[in-house]
Amino acid sequence: MAIEHADVLRAAHLARVGLSDDEATGYVDDLSRILEMVDQLQAVDTQGITPLAHPLDATQRLRPDEVTEHSQRERFQACAPATEDGLYLVPRVVE
Amino acid sequence: MHDKTLTELAAGLQAGEFSSRELCQAALDRIEHLDGELNSFITVTAEQALANADAADRAREAGDAGPLAGLPLALKDIFCTQGVRTSCGSKMLDDFVSPYDASVVEKLRQAGAVNLGKTNMDEFAMGSSNESSFYGPVKNPWDLSAVPGGSSGGSAAAVAAGLVPAALGTDTGGSIRQPAAFCGITGLKPTYGRVSRYGMVAFASSLDQGGPLARSAADCALLLEAIAGHDVRDSTSVARVVPDYTAELDTPLTGLKIGLPKEYFGDGLDPEVETAVREAIKVYESLGAKVCEVSLPHTHLAIPAYYVIAPAEASSNLSRFDGVRFGHRCDDPTNLEDLYKRTRAEGFGEEVKRRILIGTHTLSEGFFDAYYLKAQQVRRLIRQDFLDAFDEVDVLMGPTAPTPAFDLGAQKDPVSMYLQDIYTIAVNLAGIPGISVPAGFAGNRPVGLQVLAPHFAEAQLLGVAHQFQQATDWHLKRPAFGKETA
Repeated sequence: MAIEHADVLRAAHLARVGLSDDEATGYVDDLSRILEMVDQLQAVDTQGITPLAHPLDATQRLRPDEVTEHSQRERFQACAPATEDGLYLVPRVVE
Repeated sequence: MHDKTLTELAAGLQAGEFSSRELCQAALDRIEHLDGELNSFITVTAEQALANADAADRAREAGDAGPLAGLPLALKDIFCTQGVRTSCGSKMLDDFVSPYDASVVEKLRQAGAVNLGKTNMDEFAMGSSNESSFYGPVKNPWDLSAVPGGSSGGSAAAVAAGLVPAALGTDTGGSIRQPAAFCGITGLKPTYGRVSRYGMVAFASSLDQGGPLARSAADCALLLEAIAGHDVRDSTSVARVVPDYTAELDTPLTGLKIGLPKEYFGDGLDPEVETAVREAIKVYESLGAKVCEVSLPHTHLAIPAYYVIAPAEASSNLSRFDGVRFGHRCDDPTNLEDLYKRTRAEGFGEEVKRRILIGTHTLSEGFFDAYYLKAQQVRRLIRQDFLDAFDEVDVLMGPTAPTPAFDLGAQKDPVSMYLQDIYTIAVNLAGIPGISVPAGFAGNRPVGLQVLAPHFAEAQLLGVAHQFQQATDWHLKRPAFGKETA
């Protein structure tokens, strides 16, 4: 499956990575070659094979429903680019 | 002092031949003199290290020394260290000071180890040459025109050059084993889930695993013992007793069954690498092991499956770098969308963007089944190859990488760079442990022998590697670089 200019722009938008038209053109070749290599998978008959998500087939452990975390807001916000009154600052979202 | 193994240095400290402060100061001096050329460290934490060395010396005097007390180490800059920059080799985290320690960092501290700093790496661990680091490439101490391998290239180069006796790295597709091979040292990727991933910046969560790079298998055993174990803060960490990893080091190899996967000796393997690896296998035969050929028939599908699964997981993991909570933020965003897009365009390098784009594309509507589910199905076939092989043999052996270290700047095309990991990647997909041990040279560049074992058989794996190192001296070879420096 080849990848086209529009696919690159779509992926960049979905991933929220700013990409100009020219930059997207630069990725078309590289990504196409990667997908061409990946396409070898299509030749394998995998009917009836359960996808393997975890190498040990482990399932998520459960724990008692108890509070284990305490608030460390100040500490965790110390590395944020912009905060005010304990809130993260971003450009206005709602006009 | 810089030639010694961790085990030897521990004995020297114990015998009072030198103090931890003297040992750590000597290592810091060496870093200062030599690392300008190598670029193996991103951050050196000298002051903190010396304070911790003094604390270790005091603990020893008080008879309260942990198993790694006073021993200098370095950490790949992917492990979060409280109060110390954790960059992950990226502009995105250039000014990120972690508010907490990774579990392995806590464990090493409890064992008394002294961290000297954070080592260079491919950006977000994506690369096989250390050339994608925001902080510039690392040089290979054996040949300054060669790459050290990647992504744990800084850790491998620092150990090989005698700046530190050992370091931690991470391995998602070969990132401990391949740089260990390229730099002529020993590197262990443990079983998936053996070492906690908490506080290790996530690349591909179903593949990532931390482990040691050191001068010998015995040193790797010592370090694995300190960092392995269950951690409730990592949901994929395995609740299983940590055995004594040094217990099987001296187990004789008589009757050991070694399988040579025929797919690991095919086209693309450098003849000098093959010769060195075959010689190493002869050493094993002389030690009483039995060798036979086996097949891992889905080997050719490992790189294709990996380059779906790893970028898909990466694209999801790296969505957290949004310019809001930590890390880089673009100047003067006009709106939230602009903030995200410019922050990520500026903060990520080329290779990281390439993988985010591939991962996002293959996970997007209309492509998910054909790529991601298909790759996960093939992943099961690849794991089954190993399980079948281990019904027949105890361990598998082959080259760690198809070539010795290549020249800086030689691999321009991403796909040919990806093919470097042909013998290491399937191991991560299967989740089994693997170790690379020095096994000779191709020209002036080291060759690594890779040994693979079943899930959780690290003790056996380390024993098999240690016995080789008792019979050979490849792991004792040191590069000319820095030899004259104290």
